[in-house]
Amino acid sequence: MWKLEARPQPSRLWTFGSPLLALLLTVLIGVCLFVALGKDPVRGLQIFFWEPIKSPYALGELMVKATPLLIIALGLAVCFRSNVWNIGAEGQFVIGAVAAGGVALLADKTTGPWIVPAIIAAGVLGGMAWAGITALLRDRFNANEILVSLMLVYVADMVLSYLVFGPWKDPQGYNFPQTKTFEAVTQIPRLMSGSRVSIGLLIALAGAAALWIFLFRTYAGFAQQVGGLAPAAARYAGFSSRKALWVALLTSGGAAGLAGALEVAGPIGQLTPYVPAGYGFAAIIVAFVGRLHPAGMVFSAILMSMFYIGGELAQSRLGLPKSLTGVFQGLLLFCLLACDTLIAYRIVSPPKRPAAAPPSRGRHLWPGEAGSTVAPAKHED
Amino acid sequence: MSASTVPSQPPSDPPAAPAARLRLTGITKAYPAVVANSEVSLTVQPGEIHAVLGENGAGKSTLMKIIYGAVRPDAGVVEVDGRPVVIRNPQEARALGIAMVFQHFSLFDTLTVAENVWLGLGKSLSLAEVSRRIIATTQEYGLQLEPTRPVHTLGVGERQRVEIVRSLLTDPKLLILDEPTSVLTPQAVENLFVTLRQLAARGCSILYISHKLHEIRALCTACTVLRGGKVTGVCDPREESNASLSRLMIGAEPPALEHREQPAGAVVLEVRDLSLAREDQFGVDLQHIALTVRAGEVVGIAGVSGNGQKELLYALSGEDTRAADDSIQVGGQGVGRLGPMQRRARGLHFLPEERLGRGAVPALSLAHNLLLTRSDAVGRGGWLQLRALRAQAAAIIDRFKVKAGGPGAAASSLSGGNLQKFIVGREIAANPALLIVSQPTWGVDVGAAAQIRGEILKLRDSGCAVLVVSEELEELFDICDRMYVMAKGQLSPSLPRAEATVALVGQWMSGLWNTPANPIKQLLTVTVLRQACCGADDQTGPLDAVFEIAEGESLEELVGRIEASRFLQYSSTHDTLHGLVNDQPVVIVFGPSRGRPPEYLADPASPLVALLNGQPLHFVFRMNEGGR
Amino acid sequence: MESHALLIAAALSAGTVLAIAALGLLINEKAGIVNLGAEGMMLCAAIAGFAAVVHTGNSWLGFAAGMAAGAGLAAIFGVLVIWLNTNQYATGLALSLFGAGFSAFVGIGYVQEKLPEQARHVIPWLGDLPFVGPALFRQHPMVYIAMALTAGLIWFLYRTRAGLVLRSVGESPESAHALGYPVRRIRLMAVVAGGALCGLAGAYVSVVYTPLWVEGMIAGKGWIALALTTFATWRPARVLLGAYLFGGVTMLQFHLQGLGVDVPPQFLTMLPYLATIVVLVLISRNPRWIRLNMPTSIGKPFYPGS
Repeated sequence: MWKLEARPQPSRLWTFGSPLLALLLTVLIGVCLFVALGKDPVRGLQIFFWEPIKSPYALGELMVKATPLLIIALGLAVCFRSNVWNIGAEGQFVIGAVAAGGVALLADKTTGPWIVPAIIAAGVLGGMAWAGITALLRDRFNANEILVSLMLVYVADMVLSYLVFGPWKDPQGYNFPQTKTFEAVTQIPRLMSGSRVSIGLLIALAGAAALWIFLFRTYAGFAQQVGGLAPAAARYAGFSSRKALWVALLTSGGAAGLAGALEVAGPIGQLTPYVPAGYGFAAIIVAFVGRLHPAGMVFSAILMSMFYIGGELAQSRLGLPKSLTGVFQGLLLFCLLACDTLIAYRIVSPPKRPAAAPPSRGRHLWPGEAGSTVAPAKHED
Repeated sequence: MSASTVPSQPPSDPPAAPAARLRLTGITKAYPAVVANSEVSLTVQPGEIHAVLGENGAGKSTLMKIIYGAVRPDAGVVEVDGRPVVIRNPQEARALGIAMVFQHFSLFDTLTVAENVWLGLGKSLSLAEVSRRIIATTQEYGLQLEPTRPVHTLGVGERQRVEIVRSLLTDPKLLILDEPTSVLTPQAVENLFVTLRQLAARGCSILYISHKLHEIRALCTACTVLRGGKVTGVCDPREESNASLSRLMIGAEPPALEHREQPAGAVVLEVRDLSLAREDQFGVDLQHIALTVRAGEVVGIAGVSGNGQKELLYALSGEDTRAADDSIQVGGQGVGRLGPMQRRARGLHFLPEERLGRGAVPALSLAHNLLLTRSDAVGRGGWLQLRALRAQAAAIIDRFKVKAGGPGAAASSLSGGNLQKFIVGREIAANPALLIVSQPTWGVDVGAAAQIRGEILKLRDSGCAVLVVSEELEELFDICDRMYVMAKGQLSPSLPRAEATVALVGQWMSGLWNTPANPIKQLLTVTVLRQACCGADDQTGPLDAVFEIAEGESLEELVGRIEASRFLQYSSTHDTLHGLVNDQPVVIVFGPSRGRPPEYLADPASPLVALLNGQPLHFVFRMNEGGR
Repeated sequence: MESHALLIAAALSAGTVLAIAALGLLINEKAGIVNLGAEGMMLCAAIAGFAAVVHTGNSWLGFAAGMAAGAGLAAIFGVLVIWLNTNQYATGLALSLFGAGFSAFVGIGYVQEKLPEQARHVIPWLGDLPFVGPALFRQHPMVYIAMALTAGLIWFLYRTRAGLVLRSVGESPESAHALGYPVRRIRLMAVVAGGALCGLAGAYVSVVYTPLWVEGMIAGKGWIALALTTFATWRPARVLLGAYLFGGVTMLQFHLQGLGVDVPPQFLTMLPYLATIVVLVLISRNPRWIRLNMPTSIGKPFYPGS
């Protein structure tokens, strides 16, 4: 039996290599899936990996999809690194969109461009407030944040549904459940004409840079992460776990809300029941595949957008259901988790059993011997 | 039996003596980074109490795991009762009559004693049957244990009893004990030794793993010494001295520590009337703790774990901020409500007993681990100056001779001793006014332990106040100027080093110090001086047992309990016990009148009765010589 | 009166889904493993069961298919979490996300399908009793199976040696390992059994409860079941009661609508989710309850070491 053996130090090679290997495995399984469905696998790969990047317009669409994913993932990275499991980013996204939409609906033909920052601020605050509920319940009552934040996703969907079916329904909308289209002045400014990419992309990249500085160059970021790595050590050091909890949830809630605002005042342009597009959940995968590292998450956000766009294209061109996207995303995460084992462990072939001769050759170091930098095995004797 | 065996050759000569109970030849076991055992040979005779001596990291636990079936050797032969066997798992070991009492108990807190024992046995018995056998065994060996109690309500010593009973129920021919006394008071250690001698007298072999020289010399009849995975000697510990055993164990005499007399300075730490309810329902309440530590002295707190040390340390380090503000004062200022960072700002540095996970974050580098307690390398606005941080870490590695792969090495990659050296160095290099250390050398090899103790003494010589909490009495005797003893959430009065003896401290560990408002129940310490024991000619020396007088217990009941205890089982042919009460000779008659209160005690005018009515007693019973 | 009896009957039926899933998760957690993939397993089981019934017409085959789907996914989860020691929460999430996508993908062809007409189940004589009859005794057999399952689990966990071993593995896998028990195999068996039960619950939803297939039709019941095991402090009888309580809350929305209560329907739909939050808060306030009853090793990885 092949055995897993713990490495003395986490492998740097596999820290970078694991996501790539996971991607490779996902692609392989995808190819098999295409063949099983009777479609040309090469065409399938082309649709998923070439089409989304082959023209500037396609790249633009890629960025449009990647922006909310990246923003939400940046916030989630803070959470997961602090061992706070915010699964309800989707709900915070929706409430951020609702808040932003509410402000956008206030605009009329005479409103000035100041409304755009107001919309964005409303989105951030909305998301923060929604996440704040989870933080409060965990802080005061020790309620599990996974379940609370997730339940709030369903509640948020219902709130949106109520608003677009009820008080905020467009009177001129032929009774469709949607608000009126927001005034042009509320639109998030585009980066360049001819593309739907908005300044949201710049915000996302700036956010990634800010996260990098926070996580790796500030004392506050260090304190935040120790709580996730070793809670007893954080307590010993005097880092407040309550503060870490609130920072994590408010940051990720605000980020998700920001993404919601950018989507609603951007590509969508109104509030509909289809605002929740699952970005909050996909961002979880983006965060993990990106190793919870800002640079990694930029790449994984682009990768996930490829899956989204590929799924849409596969539907229109190959006649495959759009839910294929969800399958690949889930597969990717599974493969990543499995491949991550290689960071902490290596695979060894079954040890040969020598009859009587002791293993005299090889790098066997006596504990305490000069040059020995490794600990004796976990068998403290 | 499921253990596979190789048919043994008929011997050419008839064996002169019965086969050894256990014989290991050429055992070798290697792990990725270290060879735990190399060509180890060990022979244990039936009825022998055989010590396996070695410092931390010598390979003792691995060897025991091989015998117990938890680990398979890479090479070598294991023979039980003369037959070579291959032990594939603990069940097979059990079938061969090998039982093990682990250092870290394999108990399940939420289950009862009987259920825990049942899980350690095979499937053949029912739970009710197991309960019956537990009661029978505890009576036979004089151990106190109720089968229906959930384990989480038991103290540490009682938990060990569960482990022992579990092993005894397998009717073992070889019992392995891994560092059994680290959780026991000196008196409880003596009780354990009595049980072990009883076992050995019935023919069971005992493998006793320890690094404590005086215990091995008191209990064991044979000893194999391991160093660095190899056997460095086999001897009879009764004929050896501490020095000679130490030479075998670490290759040299025990390192001498320079402990100079030094007058203490101003009071740095003062704890006044500290009382805290426990946070954790399985914890201990602190009651009216009072202590002081002055500059330039090392103060120790002795005591077996589970008596409130953990809670006291949480309150002192700032991880628990519920204490009244002025109940803990550093340099005259109340700090009871301050967190760890603020306390560090006032010069209080703390070293926890858990290295990985609390004292250091395993996944982070040594340099980053500095940031847990030192913020020198943090610039304005919280910016981390990484180069300064690495330099700081490198300086500590250098100064304290830490063997590590550099400041960037992950904390988890260091050995226990080296990581402890780094953490100790981190705090010492902060030039604290007060250093509080918990278990400074637990699980650390002798060389590093000596170095750490030396650093603590250096720190003290330079004027720092040091408070050491340790379960190892020898360590405290080595480095402390004064000590306190912690028992059941309370702290004893201060005891100068010169007046501290093992017996006295051991007694205080049961809470037996004379403080006026002390609500502790009366305890009766029975010291049995024995000249001969159960047919063997060995001198066994004084043994103590502690009998706690229960609320409302009558004299008769008390004496009945003493009678039923293991001591008097040995005295089945002895009819009388001679005792001393405050140096007054006393004769207690047992034997034919067993079951009736001894005539002496029935006399209300006897000094014994008068004494029992007020204060803690110290009985000394001298066994009747020649009554056999 | 009649409507109250029907409300009770509906609550039992709705609660059965939660009960079976939560009992499966309880087995998992008693062994120390948290499987956040309940939602995904239930979704895949729902489509598996639905498809099986569409093709064979036999609802029991549908249940079996659901159990197989749940067990299969749980096995993958189990291998990752137990042998490769991947983070239990992340892996469970991955399972949920994957299950959601996969079930939607596979179920595309079944969206418009209808199941053959179900027979009305009435227990003779008992089912005709006034009030009690319509309330309790006109249920699908699965409802009674859930009750039997609860009783069986109580017996297994607290009266058999195997159950004791399972509980000890969840309490301290290191100690169980030191005593020679095959901890990883035991945990895998618990995970697979739990997955099979989640699968059964999922199949029940699509085959009996709302006999159709719609993407995401489990609508969070898997997550509620997870909350339920914590809420019930890991005791099977309390799980059953809690499940019926939640079932009642879910049914309340229809009942209230039927009564003509003038509340926007979305707020009524929110009720089960809000109720879950409230219950979680109430139960978590007292850490002692949790500490005494929670299998200590939940969520923590186990390394055999040798």
